[in-house]
Amino acid sequence: VRAWRPLTVGVPLVFLALFFLYPLAAIIERGLRGDGDSALDVLTDPTTRDVVWFTVWQALASTLLTIAVALPAAYVLGRYRFRGRGVVSAVVLVPFVLPTVVVALAFLAVLPEPLERGWAPILIAHAFFNVAVVVRVVGGFWTNLDPRIGEAAATLGASPSRRFREITAPLLSPALAAAAAIVFLFSFTSFAIVLILGGPRYATIEAEIYNQAVRLFDLRAAAVLSLVQLTCVIAAVWVATRLERRVSGGAPLRAERDTLRQPRTAGEKLVVGLSLGALGLFLGLPLAVLVERSLAVGDGYGLAAYEALGRPTSVLLAAPWEAIVNSIVYAAAATVIAVVVGGLAAFAVARTRSRVLDGLVLLPLGASAVMLGLGFLIAFDTEPLDFRAAPWIVPVAQALVAIPFVVRIVAPTLRSIDPRQREAAALLGAPPTRVVREIDLPIVSRGVAVAAGFAFAISLGEFGATVFLARPDRPTLPVAIFRFLGRPGELNVAQAYALAVVLMAVTVVSVLVVERARVRRGGWF
Amino acid sequence: MRATLVLLAIAVAVTACGGWGDEPTEVVLVTHDSFAVSEDVKQAFETESGLTLRILKAGDAGEVVTRALLTAGDPEGDVLFGVDNNLVARALAGEIFEPYESPELASVDPGLVLDTEHRVTPIDHGEVCLNYDKTSYERRSLDPPDSIADVVDERYRDQLVVENPATSTPGLAFLLATIALYGDPGWKGYWRRLRENGVLVVDGWEEAYTVRFSGAAGSRGKRPIVVSYASSPPAEVIFRDPRPSAAPTGVIEDSCFRQIELAGVLRGTANEEGARRLVDFMLSRRFQEDIPLQMFVFPARRDAALPPEFEKFAVVPERPLELAPEEIEANRERWVDEWTDIVVR
Repeated sequence: VRAWRPLTVGVPLVFLALFFLYPLAAIIERGLRGDGDSALDVLTDPTTRDVVWFTVWQALASTLLTIAVALPAAYVLGRYRFRGRGVVSAVVLVPFVLPTVVVALAFLAVLPEPLERGWAPILIAHAFFNVAVVVRVVGGFWTNLDPRIGEAAATLGASPSRRFREITAPLLSPALAAAAAIVFLFSFTSFAIVLILGGPRYATIEAEIYNQAVRLFDLRAAAVLSLVQLTCVIAAVWVATRLERRVSGGAPLRAERDTLRQPRTAGEKLVVGLSLGALGLFLGLPLAVLVERSLAVGDGYGLAAYEALGRPTSVLLAAPWEAIVNSIVYAAAATVIAVVVGGLAAFAVARTRSRVLDGLVLLPLGASAVMLGLGFLIAFDTEPLDFRAAPWIVPVAQALVAIPFVVRIVAPTLRSIDPRQREAAALLGAPPTRVVREIDLPIVSRGVAVAAGFAFAISLGEFGATVFLARPDRPTLPVAIFRFLGRPGELNVAQAYALAVVLMAVTVVSVLVVERARVRRGGWF
Repeated sequence: MRATLVLLAIAVAVTACGGWGDEPTEVVLVTHDSFAVSEDVKQAFETESGLTLRILKAGDAGEVVTRALLTAGDPEGDVLFGVDNNLVARALAGEIFEPYESPELASVDPGLVLDTEHRVTPIDHGEVCLNYDKTSYERRSLDPPDSIADVVDERYRDQLVVENPATSTPGLAFLLATIALYGDPGWKGYWRRLRENGVLVVDGWEEAYTVRFSGAAGSRGKRPIVVSYASSPPAEVIFRDPRPSAAPTGVIEDSCFRQIELAGVLRGTANEEGARRLVDFMLSRRFQEDIPLQMFVFPARRDAALPPEFEKFAVVPERPLELAPEEIEANRERWVDEWTDIVVR
């Protein structure tokens, strides 16, 4: 296995260095070199202080709220087998892929008036978007936890709350820490949600970076702010990885066939029903608004917007339905990249305990997408790195966002595999490749499938980098939605919402397909 | 056999790269997300010039200019279209364009020409205006406001929704309209009164027009006045099925601020000849007459005919409000900061 190290560490490291660190460093360097407000002015400006403080606390609060909302559903998916379980775990991904502007507008329609603006709707919307992260990362890990310890404790008279506190929670914490870190970073760099639902008084560091770089063209201030942002993100990642390490290791893992069971008693059925019902209501209401608005044409309802999707339009340089094909092609490519690069990184992180790589893979989630986009522009403009117009740059940029998920889902599982299992296999004469194939892969294949589904969904929904890099005659669904929403006229607005509904359907179907295609070797499934 | 294959591969690679010193086969137009052109018009240019027209959409106008400034001298394309009078001073200071005086310029409204050195050429103009919901005022039995000054009247309390000038192009244009009308610092008093009269500030046009404004089709908004465009009423007619006989929304003509969209040959272009041909083409009648229904703005050429929907439902303001690009560039940041202090804090 040691011989693999150059591969498992090297490939992800080169990928991140080339497509993340280098362009980001290039744009920050350019910014600091140019003129504009001095770094000290930016740092001591009271606005900066307010923005940083707001960004940090809203991200923390959003993370806590998301965990609170998602944990019951994670428990149900991690412990029970019931009809439609796979569909539920695919459907929670829907909010995650929808363009933020569309969701923000849908929220304005469902929130009661006093909750319409300010910090409260921001937190609620962040929870709406990120529920999938907790449900899938924590629920997926929960699925592999051996239920027998809990059962043993119950036999010995431990109360349910004590069992959760002393057994389940500590065992789950690596996955919880991983999910919390991802939700925190997403909320930390949130942009459109904060501007629309917060109103003009609220801004995150990311929104301020955009304002400085694009509206005011003060690249120096933007560079200073992105360094501030990066510092916060590195601190958060450091805390998260330490937390994950302190608590991880030695969890008794089993394949899901042995852990899931049908809800038997009336109490269990009630728990399953209530958890899923509450989640359904929370996620369903804003989504129902999207469906309703896609049908609202003329004075009543109809399918005119959907019919129009087949016709070429001046809004796009293509017929809207072509965006579906483009999205799927890009997302498939991005998923392959993310699973290969992220899978190698997960092995490296779990086996070599490489801290640098462990933290580094998370950084793209917390770094400024605006600056990274501008960085691509100036970093990849000359031979041999002339990639500005290369078609594969789109899936690469999407993979950058998806890789952290693959690592964060696969690595905790890998790390928790009892090393004695591997040692025993090696002792019995199994070569290292066989150990990986027969010990690691079967346990991890469920995680890889979940991660691939996630990666696919992320690439489907990715907007920031795609809108910057995708060719206009090959728009993806989120890009097409954004273009339609920017035009007045009933049919344009209805088509934007119709495409959002199509995006929802494509997400559910493709995630189900991707997750079915998991590794079947080893007899575990 | 192998040698033939290698030669063939080299030949293919060379053709793909455009060859050694051969004529370029492509011209790249860098533009904003709202750019649109009919397929047959695009093909007409390609047949006439023998060049393939590649369109590179690079975000909104601010993002397009930012990208061009970052890549000055080594541009992403050959022609940039979409820089407007709010941003043109910044673009010129960044030296991203090469001068080119198109022969077609003779037919263009001289009031639209912003640069005497012709580093930028006007292509179209659109006006940001207050729009109002006709049915709402019929129901209220109230006359719709007639001017910017009217909107602070008690009768129109809680009826206006505007975009934040810090985050939105039409929002900035409306702030500039009030500055052009009341002068600096006279505009501040106007906005204080507007705030007292219950103006709602939202992040962008999408929320203002499709969610807050009551006049947009399908909207459940409650506010009957919004900052939008002079061409929004024809869009409400064209994109409704069946088409109504009259536009459901109206434009307050005295509130319009002019936005001129310009094109320029990018400095460092790999195809200067093609770039110039493209600018000429964008000023030709064929392209100019395609503009209204594609981009919902007005052609710069005086002899370009407007489509019937525009003749019937659009308002071309006779005396739109304007400010000099240099004045906008010098004060934009301060104005937006002061506006934020008055209206938001």
